[in-house]
Amino acid sequence: MKKSKQFWPFMIAAVVVYAVVQLLISNGMMNQFYSNTLIFIAINIILAVSLHLVIGITGQFSIGHAGFLAVGAYISAILTMKLHLPFIVAILVGGIVAALAGLIVGIPSLRLKGDYLAIATLGFAEIIRIVFLNIDAVGGAAGMQVSHLTTWTYAFVCLVITLIVIVNFTNSRHGIASISVRENEIAADAMGINTTYYKVIAFAIGSFFAGVAGALYSHNFYIIQPSQFGFLKSFDILIFVVLGGLGSLSGAVLSAILLTVVSTYLQGYPETRMIIYSLVLILVMLYRPKGLMGTMEITDYFKLWRTPKGGGQHGK
Amino acid sequence: MEWIQQLINGISLGSIYALIALGYTMVYGIIKLINFAHGDVFMVGSFIGFYSITVFGLGFFPALIISMTACALFGVIIERIAYKRLRNATRIAALITAIGVSLLIEYGVIYIRGAQPEAYPDVFSNRSFEIFGAQISSQSILILSVSIVLMILLQFIVHKTKTGKAMRAVSHDTEAAKLMGINVDNTISATFAIGSALAGAAGVIFGVYYTKIDPLMGVIPGVKAFVAAVLGGIGIIPGAMVGGLVLGVVETIVSALGFSLWRDAAAFIILILILIFRPSGIFGKNTREKV
Repeated sequence: MKKSKQFWPFMIAAVVVYAVVQLLISNGMMNQFYSNTLIFIAINIILAVSLHLVIGITGQFSIGHAGFLAVGAYISAILTMKLHLPFIVAILVGGIVAALAGLIVGIPSLRLKGDYLAIATLGFAEIIRIVFLNIDAVGGAAGMQVSHLTTWTYAFVCLVITLIVIVNFTNSRHGIASISVRENEIAADAMGINTTYYKVIAFAIGSFFAGVAGALYSHNFYIIQPSQFGFLKSFDILIFVVLGGLGSLSGAVLSAILLTVVSTYLQGYPETRMIIYSLVLILVMLYRPKGLMGTMEITDYFKLWRTPKGGGQHGK
Repeated sequence: MEWIQQLINGISLGSIYALIALGYTMVYGIIKLINFAHGDVFMVGSFIGFYSITVFGLGFFPALIISMTACALFGVIIERIAYKRLRNATRIAALITAIGVSLLIEYGVIYIRGAQPEAYPDVFSNRSFEIFGAQISSQSILILSVSIVLMILLQFIVHKTKTGKAMRAVSHDTEAAKLMGINVDNTISATFAIGSALAGAAGVIFGVYYTKIDPLMGVIPGVKAFVAAVLGGIGIIPGAMVGGLVLGVVETIVSALGFSLWRDAAAFIILILILIFRPSGIFGKNTREKV
């Protein structure tokens, strides 16, 4: 997203979407079920976009994103329920603590590559989950009661901030350096890019927004349990990124919307949902290994229409 | 003599991990793929053993052999359908496919038969012996001997037969092996067949030993077996055996010290320490990355 050209249209669209939905909710024209689904979509988009930064932009294959979601969820819940701080503080602190967790996890494990990194992140996420399972102050396996504080306003504002930060990061110097790490780490290193630094930064920012999403997530349900943040949750987030296209922000957003709607309708049939998810994953990888949109963005398709010969720019 | 008892429990658990880890390490050695579905082949093997004992009234050994054969076939089918096309794909694509296959098997089994657990039938009269004051059940002796026989058999196949030679050649250098007239596709399928058969055997043994099986039972042992494979040095067959035994003993010690809820974390902490300090594993050699 080029800031000069697309920033204001994006902001106007965001304000319009927000206002329309808020109007419908406050008028009572949209019932609890739909507004909850919308909040859930917003949370999932934040998660998808934060993982997109790690996997799609920096090319570091992390399958432990649910661990950072858990950190944000628990920390924010402790702040609001035990320390009685305002929700906005809880969201921020949840994100910051998750980012710190991301740093702690990222600094040792980002020295690893590919498969080993995937397994290490999976291991860290499990360790985080087991730690919460063993702390009695947060309820252990039985879980912790959290009051419902997440509203459409909170969810949407967090979503817009996440999108702006991630888009700006991607287009900045740092983002371009991160993309070079994705494309060829050895070459990037040879060009004088501090690859470890960019990998850790991307990981920490991704974890921060996963923590923010965790804060919204825990205050949207009435209870949080360690079992909600297992490997399956990481997998749910992973499929958003993979289906949309590894390296495509709008792809991640669209697939998060699509899959959240699909899974809401399949809520009564969890097995069917998982079978569909896994089949989608296998088929996409076999026939379109770059994901549905590859590294293209939605705006690239508009450009394709306008200049049939030219072709879109990559990664923008 | 509490600790001898714990050590024997640990070795029994470890030999199950070792059997699963062998499949991981062989497949990784040959096509550099973490076969996430391997833990689910283990689960399927366990269920096949369960049904052959309860429905067909077979004994332990026929059930073991049926389960191993069926799993070998199953492994080859998975490889042919899902992984074969991905030979030249990126590592991430292969890994995601493996995760997808794993979930498909788990939830496919749940879809077919439901998520409820089953109690494994008692196939042995469970006597226990006293050795040095430790209670050793006949089951754990049998489990140990079956695993040891299977591992010796595997060593024989890998080192003395033509298929084994082909497997070693392909894992060393696929292109050169192809030029030497080795049928790479069949060799890879053979690797999957052998690895999956071992996982099937581990499944039956697990069922007999722990008596409770369910469709998601393969996830945690699968990941831990992978940890065992990495611990021993991935791609190295004796490494997987040693890694499995070490992991089993460590976990049992952690539980015996009263931290049973932290048991799963112990495996992952070992994994992370190994990955950070000695990524090539106990038996591995350091290799330089080529550009």
